[in-house]
Parts: sequence; C-alpha cells; structure tokens
Amino acid sequence: MRRRVFLAASLALVPWAGQAADATALEAAIGDAVPVEGGIELRVPAVAENGAQVPLAIVADSAMTAEDHVAAIHVFAPGNPTPGVASFHLFPGLARAEVHTRIRVAEEQAILVLAVHANGTVRRASAALKVTRGGCLS
Amino acid sequence: MSTLPGTPRLRIPARAKPGEVIELRMLIDHPMETGLRHDGSAAPPRDLIERLEVRRDGALVFAADLGRGTSPNPYHVVFLRLERSAEITVSWTDARGRIARAAARVAVG
Repeated sequence: MRRRVFLAASLALVPWAGQAADATALEAAIGDAVPVEGGIELRVPAVAENGAQVPLAIVADSAMTAEDHVAAIHVFAPGNPTPGVASFHLFPGLARAEVHTRIRVAEEQAILVLAVHANGTVRRASAALKVTRGGCLS
Repeated sequence: MSTLPGTPRLRIPARAKPGEVIELRMLIDHPMETGLRHDGSAAPPRDLIERLEVRRDGALVFAADLGRGTSPNPYHVVFLRLERSAEITVSWTDARGRIARAAARVAVG
C-alpha cells in the first residue's frame, strides 16, 4: 500500500493529474522505483499555439557508457486522453541521453518525463504548458 | 512485409571525426490518427506508427514506442558518437506491421 500512497503523492505534484490511468501508466513504466527530482531537463514552450505539434526536448545527465547510461525515457501528458505519450529506449551507442520530438497536447497541463538509469534509479522532471488550440480532439 | 506509405527522411552528416557528437534527425510523413479526432464528420480511424528503431551497423542504439501522443509527421532527434565509419538504418513500423526504412552512411576519419 505504501507504493500506492507514493504514486498518489507523486502525481499530486502534477496539476490536473489524478486519473487512475496515470498511476497505471506510471507503474507500468517504472514499477516500484521512486523517482527523484533533478538530473533531467525537460524543455517545452510556455505556450503552444498548436497542440498537435508541440516541440519537446529531454536532456538527461548521463555518460552513456555501458555501465552507466539512461536505459529509458518515458513521457507522460496526464491531461491527454491517453497519458502515456511515448517510451524511448536508449543504448550506449548514443552520445547523449537526449531526445527531441513533437507531441500532441490536449489542454493546459504539466508534462512529466522520467529517465530510468541502467542501475535502476529514476529521475523526474516536469514542465507546465499552456495550449492555445488542443491537439488531440480536433 | 508491406511498405508503409509516406516518405522517410534522415538528416545526418556524411562525414564526422572519430568520437565527434553528430545529430541524427528523423522525419516521416504520417497522419498519426488517434481515432479520437472529431471535426463534425466521422472521426478518421486510428492509424499510428507504433515503433521507431535506429541501428548502427545492425546494432540497436535507439528505439521508441509511440502512442497517440506523438504529433502527425513524427519527428525525432538523437545524438550519436561514431568511432569508425558506419551505416545508420532507421525503421518505422505501424500498427498493421507495415515498415518504412531509411539508411545513411557516415564516413568517419
């Protein structure tokens, strides 16, 4: 039950979250691990004109060596109809734990990213985002 | 295996120095229909690319599992470090198993 309590607390940090689906998606991504703030940066525009094309850059601190690398980065938009946006899998052949992409964002919300390191530690970052025109339903 | 319609495009330097960090940009034409969209008429059916894979000389270096949250015309950027010349191959796979591929050679030296 402690984990449930933790997940609820973790999501409480994210405004507009709280649906059971979020907890399920988080649990599927990181299991029992407790995400720690820091060591990862999430860059999004403060205001997105077009919610269907929101640029997003994730930069995690990692040497990307065989022993010490980010193995996965998970992106969540808790206010979207489907909160799990994407999961990226990284291997030591990459120079950096850095991914840029474009995502759909339905409404004003805080985007959450989690980086899972090869040693099992999980780092988190979130960023609030306003959307002029939602990108999921229209 | 049938081919995914849509033109895949890679942008990566043709040459690099050993150990240099180089940027790989990937783009493919695809509607990424969520199946949720409604504009007064019937919603277009769900049609999604679900998997992106990047290989260096056949070895996986990056993969993405994509859901409804990825924008139309999926765009991804990652950074590679090459110690020797390599063939970079990228594949996009949709929910029906159709695949689009693109490849580029980087000469290192």
